[in-house]
Amino acid sequence: MEVFLQQLINGLTLGSIYGLIAIGYTMVFGIIGMVNFAHGDVFMLSAFIALIFFMLIASWFGAGLIVLALIFVLVLAMFFTSLWNWTIERVAYRPLRGSFRLAPLISAIGMSIFLTNFVQVVQGPRNKSIPPMLNKSITLIDSATYTVQISYKQIVIILTTAILLAAFWFIVQKTSLGRAQRACEQDRKMAGLLGIDVDRTISITFVMGAALAAVAGVMYLVLYGVVNFADGFTPGVKAFTAAVLGGIGSLPGAVIGGLLIGLIEVFWSAYFTIDYKDVAAFCILAVVLVFMPSGILGRPEVEKV
Amino acid sequence: MAPVTQLPAARQLDMMKALKEAAFAAVVTFGLCIPIIAWGTRQNLDNVLVLDPRWDAVAWAVAIIFVGRFLMALRQQKRGEGKSVVRLLPHGTIGFFQRHSRLFSLAGLGFLVTFPIIAITLAGWGGALKWIDNFGVQILIYVMLGWGLNIVVGLAGLLDLGYVAFYAVGAYSYALLAKNFGLSFWILLPMSGILAAFWGMLLGFPVLRLRGDYLAIVTLAFGEIIRLILINWVEFSNGYAGISGIPRPTFFGIPFTAADDGFAAVFGLEFSPLYRTIFLYYVILGLALLTAFVTLRLRRLPVGRAWEALREDEIACRSLGINTTNTKLTAFSLGAMFGGFAGSFFAARQGFISPESFVFMESAIILAIVVLGGMGSLWGVAIAASVMIGGTELLRELDWLKQIFGPDFDPTKYRMLIFGFAMVVIMIWKPRGLISTREPTAFLKEKKAISADMVQEGHG
Amino acid sequence: MTTPPLLQVEHLTMRFGGLTAVNDLSFEARKGDITALIGPNGAGKTTVFNCITGFYKPTEGMITLTQDSGASFLLERMPDFRISWKAKVARTFQNIRLFGGMTVLENLLIAQHNPLMIASGFTFLGVLGIGGYKAREKEAIEKAKFWLEKINLIDRADDPAADLPYGDQRRLEIARAMCTDPVLLCLDEPAAGLNPRESHDLNTLLLSIRKDIGTALLLIEHDMSVVMQISDHVVVLDYGTKISDGTPAEVQADPRVIAAYLGVDDEEVAKVEAEVGL
Repeated sequence: MEVFLQQLINGLTLGSIYGLIAIGYTMVFGIIGMVNFAHGDVFMLSAFIALIFFMLIASWFGAGLIVLALIFVLVLAMFFTSLWNWTIERVAYRPLRGSFRLAPLISAIGMSIFLTNFVQVVQGPRNKSIPPMLNKSITLIDSATYTVQISYKQIVIILTTAILLAAFWFIVQKTSLGRAQRACEQDRKMAGLLGIDVDRTISITFVMGAALAAVAGVMYLVLYGVVNFADGFTPGVKAFTAAVLGGIGSLPGAVIGGLLIGLIEVFWSAYFTIDYKDVAAFCILAVVLVFMPSGILGRPEVEKV
Repeated sequence: MAPVTQLPAARQLDMMKALKEAAFAAVVTFGLCIPIIAWGTRQNLDNVLVLDPRWDAVAWAVAIIFVGRFLMALRQQKRGEGKSVVRLLPHGTIGFFQRHSRLFSLAGLGFLVTFPIIAITLAGWGGALKWIDNFGVQILIYVMLGWGLNIVVGLAGLLDLGYVAFYAVGAYSYALLAKNFGLSFWILLPMSGILAAFWGMLLGFPVLRLRGDYLAIVTLAFGEIIRLILINWVEFSNGYAGISGIPRPTFFGIPFTAADDGFAAVFGLEFSPLYRTIFLYYVILGLALLTAFVTLRLRRLPVGRAWEALREDEIACRSLGINTTNTKLTAFSLGAMFGGFAGSFFAARQGFISPESFVFMESAIILAIVVLGGMGSLWGVAIAASVMIGGTELLRELDWLKQIFGPDFDPTKYRMLIFGFAMVVIMIWKPRGLISTREPTAFLKEKKAISADMVQEGHG
Repeated sequence: MTTPPLLQVEHLTMRFGGLTAVNDLSFEARKGDITALIGPNGAGKTTVFNCITGFYKPTEGMITLTQDSGASFLLERMPDFRISWKAKVARTFQNIRLFGGMTVLENLLIAQHNPLMIASGFTFLGVLGIGGYKAREKEAIEKAKFWLEKINLIDRADDPAADLPYGDQRRLEIARAMCTDPVLLCLDEPAAGLNPRESHDLNTLLLSIRKDIGTALLLIEHDMSVVMQISDHVVVLDYGTKISDGTPAEVQADPRVIAAYLGVDDEEVAKVEAEVGL
C-alpha cells in the first residue's frame, strides 16, 4: 500500500510533465490536423533555455531565493520557447498550409532533426546537469517498512501544472481567442470567411503549446537536474501517446492521457521491470489506437460514405 | 514631371519596407539567440557547469539573417507579390526526361554498372574504396530502402513511420542465423526478406484499418518496440553491444580474404579489400534493381492498380469489390520484404550491427527520401537518395573548410543539421517532391503524365 | 410459386445512437425493373443504400439478393467488397468518388480487379510474366472501351478522371460500376447537378443499361423528371419510414407523399391522416 502510494505520487509528477507536452501536440493537431513532430524537441530546447537562465540567475544573484528564481526562469523560458515555436511555425509550416498532407509532416520531421542537431552543435553533446534544488521532502506515512514521501519538487511540479492548466483551460474556453481557436478547429476556411485571422490564431496556438512545453521543460530540469540534446524524442513520443490516449484534439484528454502514461510507466517500473517501461508505453499506444482510435475523450470519427 | 519625381520616392519606400522586414527578422533572430547561442554551457575542470558568453556568434547570426532577409525582401518586391518561384532547371526539363525516360533509365543503368570502373579510373585503387563504399553502396542502400518504402507510402498511400523495423528484422535475421547456424548469405538473403514480410503482415494486420496519422503513429510505435526489445532482450540480441563478427558474404563460396583460398588468390589477383567492396556494390545494385523491376511490374498488375486506387479513394475501392485489407497488407509486407533484403545486406556489409543503426531517425530519413523524391516516382526517390545521402557524405569531404574557419571546425558536426534544414527547404520549395507527375499504367492512344494536383496522397 | 424478387429488404432498421435513420423498412426491387427510392432530404435514403452495399451494418432487418442462377445472398452479413464481388451489387456515390489521379481507362480497369487478379495468378504469375494475364488484360481493356463508347468518353480515355467535366464524371462513375458486371446497380442521385440535356442523356443511358445489359437499377433521385420518366416502381421514404410504394402514377397521387414533399398545415395533416385512415 505504501509502495503504491509512493508510486502514485511519482507517477503523477511524471504524468504532469507528459500532460503539459501533450497539450502542445493536441492543440496543434486539433487546429491544423498535423502531428507536430518537432514538439518534443521544442520541449528539449526549453529545458536548455531554462538551464542557461538558472545558471545566469545563480551567477548574478546567487542561489538565495529559489522560488523567486524558479518563477523568473519559468517566465523567461516560456517567452523564449514561444518565440522559437512561433518562428518555427512561421518558417517551416506556414508556407505549407493548404498543401499536401505529408508536406508539413516531413517539414516537421526535418525541423525536429534540425533542432536536435542545432542544440548539439551550440551546446555540445554531453549531459548538462545543474546542482539539485528543492531537496527537502515531506514524509506522509512513516511505517516501519516503507516511508512515503512527497518532495518539494513534486509539490512544485504538480501545483504549477495544475495552476497553468487551469489558466489555459480558461483561455481556451472563455475568451474570444479560445473561441477563434475552436472555430478554426471546426472549419478553417469558414472561420476565415467570418473574419477570424486564421494565421494569427494558428500562431497563437503554437505559442501556447510552446509555453506549456517550456513549463514541462523547466519541471523536467527541476525533477532530474540533467538534460541532453537527445532528450526530446522519447518524452515527445510518450506525450504524443498521451495525447492520442486521451483523445487527440481534447485538452483535458491530453492531461488525463499524460497522467495515465506517467502512472503506467512508474507502476510498470516499480512492479515489473524497468527495462521494458518504454515498450509498455508504446504497446499501450498501439493497443489504444487499434481498439479505441478516438481515445478516452475524443470524438469518434464517423466514416462518411 | 510628376511621375518622374514619384518614381525614386516609390523606390525609397520599397527599401524602407525591406529594411523594416529585415530589422524585424533580425530582432527575432536576436531573441532566438539570446539563451541558446549567447551562452554556451561547458563542464570546467571541476566538472561543474559554467557559462561561456558567445556574443560574437549572436552578432554573426543576426547580421546574416538581417542581410539575407533584406535581399529576399527586395527580390520578392521585384517579382511582385505572390510566391516567388525558384527554378533550378529550365521549364520542361522534367517533362523532357519523362518523355525519354527509357533512354535515361538505360544511361543511368549504364552509369551504375560501370561506376566501380569509373571510380577506379578516376581515384585510383587506393581512393576508389571510399567512393564505392561511402557513396556507391551507401546511396544504393538508401535507394533500395526508398524504393521499398515507396510501395507502401508512394503507391498504397499508407504512411509508415516504422519502416526501419523491417530493416532491423532483416539485419538481425541474417546476423543471428549466420552466426548461430552458419548459413550462407545467399540462403539467408531471401530468408530475411521473407521473415521481414512475415513481420510486416503480423504487425500490419491489426493496424491497417487505422487511418491517416494514427497509422503513422502506430507504425512508429512498432518500430520503437522492436528496437527497444533488441536493446533489452540481451540473451537474444546482445543488447546495446550489438552483434559483431557477422560472417561476410562470399563470392559463391569463395571468401574475400588474403588466404590461399580467398578470392584474390583463386582468380590470380593481388589481394585488395576493394574486391569485396566492388562485389558488395554489385549485390546491392542487383537488389535495388530487383526492387525497381518488381515495383514497375506490379504497377501494371491489378494489385498495383488497386494500391494506387486505394491511395485515391478507399471507399470507392470497397464498392468495386477490392478487399482493401488484403491489398494494404500486400503493400505493407512487400515493402517490409525489401526492407528485410536491405537489412540483411547491411548486416553482411558491416559485419557488425547494433540497435543504434535502427533508430527512428532512419525511418524518418527513408520517408523523407520518398516524399522529397515525389511519391510513387522511382526516379525521384533515386535522385532524392543521391542528393540527401550523397550530400551529407560529401560534407565529410569538406576538410578544406578548416582552412577558413580554423582547425576546430568540423563539417561532419553539421551533417544532420544541414540534412534537417534541407528537408524543410525542399518541402517548402516542392511540397509534392522533385518529380511529382504520375505515369498512367495503361493507355489506349497515348500515355499522358498526370499532374500532381490531381493525384491524391492517401489517407492511411 | 413465383420467383423471389431480385432484392428483398425486410424490416430494415438502422439506428445511429439515439437517431433512427431507417425504421422498419420493407420493399423489393424486381429483376429488370428500375426502382426509385425517393423522399425529402434526410429521409434516410442514402442510409438504405449504405446498408444494401455493406457500408453500414443494419441494426435490424434482412436484405436478400437472389441472382438468376438461384444463388441468394444475405447482404447484411457480407463485408462491402464481397457484396460487389460475389453478390454483384454495384453502386455510385452521391458525391462522386472517382480515382481522380488515374486515367479514365484505369478507373474502368480497377473495376475489373477481381477477375484480373485471378488471371494474374494472384500476382505471383503476373510478376513472373507467365499465365494468361496479358490476354485477359486485353479483354478488360475491350470491355472498358465498350463502356467508354457507350458513355461517349472514348476520346478522353487517357485523361485523368479529375479533368472531366462534372456530367462526364457522373457517367464515368456509372460505367465504372457497370464494369463489375452487376445484377443490381444502385445509383445515389445520378442526376444531381446535371443540366436538362445531360439529365436526358442520363435517362437514355439508364434505360439502355436495363434493356441491353439487363441490369436492374435502384436509384435515389430528387429530380422528379428522371424518376417519373424512367422508373417502374417508386418507394417513398420520410423520416426513415416508408410512406408510399407503387407505380409512379400511384405515388404521385398519394396524399401522404404530397404532404411529405410540400408540407401542409397541421389541420391539413389531420385531414389527410383521417383520409388515409391513420
